[in-house]
Amino acid sequence: MVTSAYKKRSDGRKFDELRPIIAKVGVVPSADGSAMYQSGKTRAIAVVRGPRLLHPKHMENPEKGILRVTYQMMSFSVWDRIKPGNSRRGQEISKVSEWALNEVVDLDAFPNSVVDVIIQIPQADAGTRVAGINAAAMALAQAGVPMREMIAAVAVGKMDRTLVVDVDKEEEDFEEGEGPTDVPIALTSRSNKIVLLQLDGKISVPELRELITMSKAGCKKINEVQMKALKEPGKEVKG
Amino acid sequence: MEERKIIIPGETIVQGDEFLPGDGARREGQDIVACKYGLSDVSDKLVRVIPLSGVYAPRRGNVIIGTVVGITFKGWLIDFGSHINGFLNVTEVPRYIGRGELRDHFDFGDVVCAKVFGTDGGNVDLSVKLRGFGRIQGGQLVNVNPNKVPRVIGKEGSMVNLIKVASNCDVTVGQNGVIWVIGDKIEDELNARKIIEYVCENSFLAGLTEKVEDYVKNTLKLEIKQTRFENAEIASENQQEEQPGEQQ
Amino acid sequence: MTLPGLQKDRIIEYLAQGKRFDGRKPEEMRDISVQLGISENAEGSCAVKFGKTEVYAGVKMSIIEPYSDGPDEGTLSVTLELGAMADDEFDLGAPKIDAIEMARVIDRGIRESGLIDWKKLCIVEGKKVWQISLDIYAINNDGNLFDAAALAGLIALANAKLPVYNAETEKIEHKLSNVKVPLIKENMSFNLTVHKVGDQFVLDPSLQEEEASDYRLGIALADNKGEPRITAMQKGKEGGISEIDMEKILNLVESNFKELNKKIVKLVWS
Repeated sequence: MVTSAYKKRSDGRKFDELRPIIAKVGVVPSADGSAMYQSGKTRAIAVVRGPRLLHPKHMENPEKGILRVTYQMMSFSVWDRIKPGNSRRGQEISKVSEWALNEVVDLDAFPNSVVDVIIQIPQADAGTRVAGINAAAMALAQAGVPMREMIAAVAVGKMDRTLVVDVDKEEEDFEEGEGPTDVPIALTSRSNKIVLLQLDGKISVPELRELITMSKAGCKKINEVQMKALKEPGKEVKG
Repeated sequence: MEERKIIIPGETIVQGDEFLPGDGARREGQDIVACKYGLSDVSDKLVRVIPLSGVYAPRRGNVIIGTVVGITFKGWLIDFGSHINGFLNVTEVPRYIGRGELRDHFDFGDVVCAKVFGTDGGNVDLSVKLRGFGRIQGGQLVNVNPNKVPRVIGKEGSMVNLIKVASNCDVTVGQNGVIWVIGDKIEDELNARKIIEYVCENSFLAGLTEKVEDYVKNTLKLEIKQTRFENAEIASENQQEEQPGEQQ
Repeated sequence: MTLPGLQKDRIIEYLAQGKRFDGRKPEEMRDISVQLGISENAEGSCAVKFGKTEVYAGVKMSIIEPYSDGPDEGTLSVTLELGAMADDEFDLGAPKIDAIEMARVIDRGIRESGLIDWKKLCIVEGKKVWQISLDIYAINNDGNLFDAAALAGLIALANAKLPVYNAETEKIEHKLSNVKVPLIKENMSFNLTVHKVGDQFVLDPSLQEEEASDYRLGIALADNKGEPRITAMQKGKEGGISEIDMEKILNLVESNFKELNKKIVKLVWS
């Protein structure tokens, strides 16, 4: 039995339990596809516009369409105001999200076009990039973009020696023992490929293996909620 | 025929060797899997996904309604709301247009009804040579999800004819989801718009025709009387070629 | 897509009969709905819809050194994001609507009205004052983002509380006090944008009406004992306002002010 300084989650969840989920598809009427995904207090809105003509033209790919993801946090989404506009963190998250979503979309039929995915976070309590990806996957499906399968993302982690699923802000800031290790991970729904993987902290190989296994169950549950939301567009579904 | 249901990408539609994957589906081992969000359709062992959304993909023979957004010395660039623009060459217009006369013929912001005659090489080539095509004047445009167009047209044009007769308007449906409506009174055009929107909102329900008739008679309080528009015949000729025609 | 010529013509023709495609009268607004507290981490926040047009607004407070021309006064900064989320044409090349112009006009409308009690935002004269950061985001554009954004800004402010400031540690604590951001209710002015479409003047234009309009005139209106007081104005788009036009606009303002003001006051202060 490993002893760890992190014994209990303040919101009463089991270590492998997800925060309550709320999801809704079709939240921005003028968009081709849109969705809201909320995990605990973290809420993300994703909007898809396209396939459409690409500007600037020099970015065009004559072989297939490109996916362009922009992720931004609203200034008032966190306690310490974030200056509106682009940030380096936002650009990094946009890129890794783009790589993840690119694995499942099929844009061969749309050369020289772009599918724009815009992710905004109005309220944050950790896990914003994974919430963004979960919303974006639903929005892409709703927009009718050809997709091989869905994607679900979750932030797993380790607080001192305790492994957890769906890290919240309080846990991100946990400093005792080995401190916090944050591992955002995204899996494809059918082929179970890892399309997003980042890590911050310190972890052993067996612990990481365990975390990846734990993330599978979490992602399966998230997939179910995404499916429910897509099957009842316009309705708020809970999970 | 199996019941249609909303299917999401990656979801298994049916299992079995005897099935064949059609549009929006693929085979993975024993499973026929959806590659698109839409309604699953299994008929005669052919499994496909009927899209509920997604950009309009122009096909040869389609009728489209679009706006002139560019003019070169060779022709006009037409925006019909897709991920590519269409090109109308001067040679595809039923009269001679000299250099420098293009703007007099079709100007920026003009709306044209054209036929797609080619989609090779990533370009969409348009023509207005046939009767009934060309610049549209008067009336108004109603934009709908292009995936709902088959419902708006109906089996052999039955739904669009119902809309015409109920609203007393002429209605031309572009496959790209732009519909041109023209009537004697603007009120009539707005009625046509309301019926079209009703069809789109309820497109996936069974017994759509009865529901639309009910909406027309009881909500809009319109009679279904005869129309005397000559264009109605040409418009339906044009519609006849294109109908993936949904079963109702 | 730019508005096709025939569509613009039809809109203008119908308006000449005093009618609009969605059945409204030219001076009629769409239904306005408000949702408070869209971010728990904001001092005040809201989502506002005018029909299908939706915006989010949020207030964050910080402590800064005052400006030299107001050593005992707080400050305000307003930003507006018109991003690709809300409209197919936003964030692509040349801006369809100028977000900076709009933000500055909303800023002026709040500032010039005297809504904010600047002196009550002073912590230590000459050294520390509260800065109000009001940030507005467009979520869905179905016309008239301007008025929706301005109203969302007001509602976020009206519901904002000051964070707890610890004078000993000189730090802002991570919690809200029970003290609301100091505002002078009576001074509130709200934004009303009038568009000239064809020969008619409309309020709360739809997306297509907005594209069809010759010009717009944004007017900030405050309540002066029941009479409208104009605290800011901004004309936008090309078009020229004739003398007759100006008279018609002012008449429109005078005849609609009471009802609109009552509605807005209820939305902001309840």
